[in-house]
Amino acid sequence: MGKKAVSLSAVAVVLLSTTMPLFAHHGTAVFDTSKTLTMKGRVAEWDWSNPHCLLQFDVKNESGGMVHWIAETQNPGNMVYVGWAKASFKPGDEVTVTLMPAKNGRPFGRIKQVVLPNGKTLDANDGSLTSKDSADSPGGTKSGNYPKK
Amino acid sequence: MLNRFRTSVIGLVAALTFSPLAFAQNAQLQRSGAAKDQKATAAPAPFHDISGTWAPANGPNDGIQPYGVKAMPNDGKPEHQLPYTPYGLETYKSHKAPIGADEVLPTQYNDPRDRCEPLGFPRADLYYLRETQVMQNEYKVAILYQYAEAWRVIWTDGRKLPELVDGGVLVGKEVREPRFYGYSVGKWMDDNTLVVQTIGMMPEDRVWLDLTGRPISDAARVEERFHRVNHDRMELTVTINDPKMYSKPWIAMNKFPMRLEDPHRDVMEVYCSPSEMEKYDKLFANPTSAPDGDSPGR
Repeated sequence: MGKKAVSLSAVAVVLLSTTMPLFAHHGTAVFDTSKTLTMKGRVAEWDWSNPHCLLQFDVKNESGGMVHWIAETQNPGNMVYVGWAKASFKPGDEVTVTLMPAKNGRPFGRIKQVVLPNGKTLDANDGSLTSKDSADSPGGTKSGNYPKK
Repeated sequence: MLNRFRTSVIGLVAALTFSPLAFAQNAQLQRSGAAKDQKATAAPAPFHDISGTWAPANGPNDGIQPYGVKAMPNDGKPEHQLPYTPYGLETYKSHKAPIGADEVLPTQYNDPRDRCEPLGFPRADLYYLRETQVMQNEYKVAILYQYAEAWRVIWTDGRKLPELVDGGVLVGKEVREPRFYGYSVGKWMDDNTLVVQTIGMMPEDRVWLDLTGRPISDAARVEERFHRVNHDRMELTVTINDPKMYSKPWIAMNKFPMRLEDPHRDVMEVYCSPSEMEKYDKLFANPTSAPDGDSPGR
């Protein structure tokens, strides 16, 4: 069922050159790094938690059935650098998710990006955080927001 | 016990934050606007002062060191092979790591980190070294790590490094227990370089050296060299000397660059929660490690 659902619901399947994303918690052994799937779905749950955030969403397949997907990002401490937040999703949001699927064909993956209902794109950045990401991150880089001493 | 621990941490942070020296240093940084100054010519390094919030200069991923220690990544290249002793190699092979040259599937990991065990030292420097807060006064330097909100104290009050003995370290005439973060003594080698020696860490069945499962033992002696290049930049060099695991000393971080952040910065917590770890394993790690096949009924 998992493999069939993927093939029917995917908007696009893109073969990418082999890259090795950097992730803080674990490697890529369980993912098919050569594939990317993009699919539209409805958010069921968004866990802003460690060791990885998890987005659960439901995707309708061709026969009208629903497939429940779970996809991970990095942990909150990393995702804030690239504009993600606990409030990024709420149940019922219609989203377009692009991910690297699990090798075993089950509906799991590692998120590459998500397009929100308002058209905004959240890029998961594969964990390759740069100094620019760091400089743009929230948390107090703008001294003007604080009382003057 | 947890409350006692919390009280200790709060007390330590408060003592360091509000001590006259630390307060003066913080005020100086706030006046100067550290982050803004990075775009201009950096001011000279202050005398005997590494206080501030420091982040990897080349971006967060540089500090995560996902493929093992920065200077010697575990990527299978011959030049990055560590000088293991036979016991060190045996210990390394017993570690089932989530990443690196000998990466395994998630259900096989045996990284103490995944049980929310303390990272310990020197792994705190060698994995997830991100936004790192350094507070100091005339007696000590405290390092507050972002990962798991762990902290350690480096004594700079002139005391000698304890002696490594069976069962722990000898402090005066008293044998003290091994610690996850060891016993650290620092000495200013020049105006801007603090050299720290640390011994008395946990044995190899409690801690790893890095994310790729390299080992470290209770026989280790670790040297850190904090060199403040200028007001906004610091370099960290870490040398591992562990005769139980490695046949000779080797450098794990070599002048790793860190930049000073805005003193107002509120560092985000990165914690290990057993309940969240359990949920993650159940929902994601275990099913993705399962053999090919149809999705379980969910």
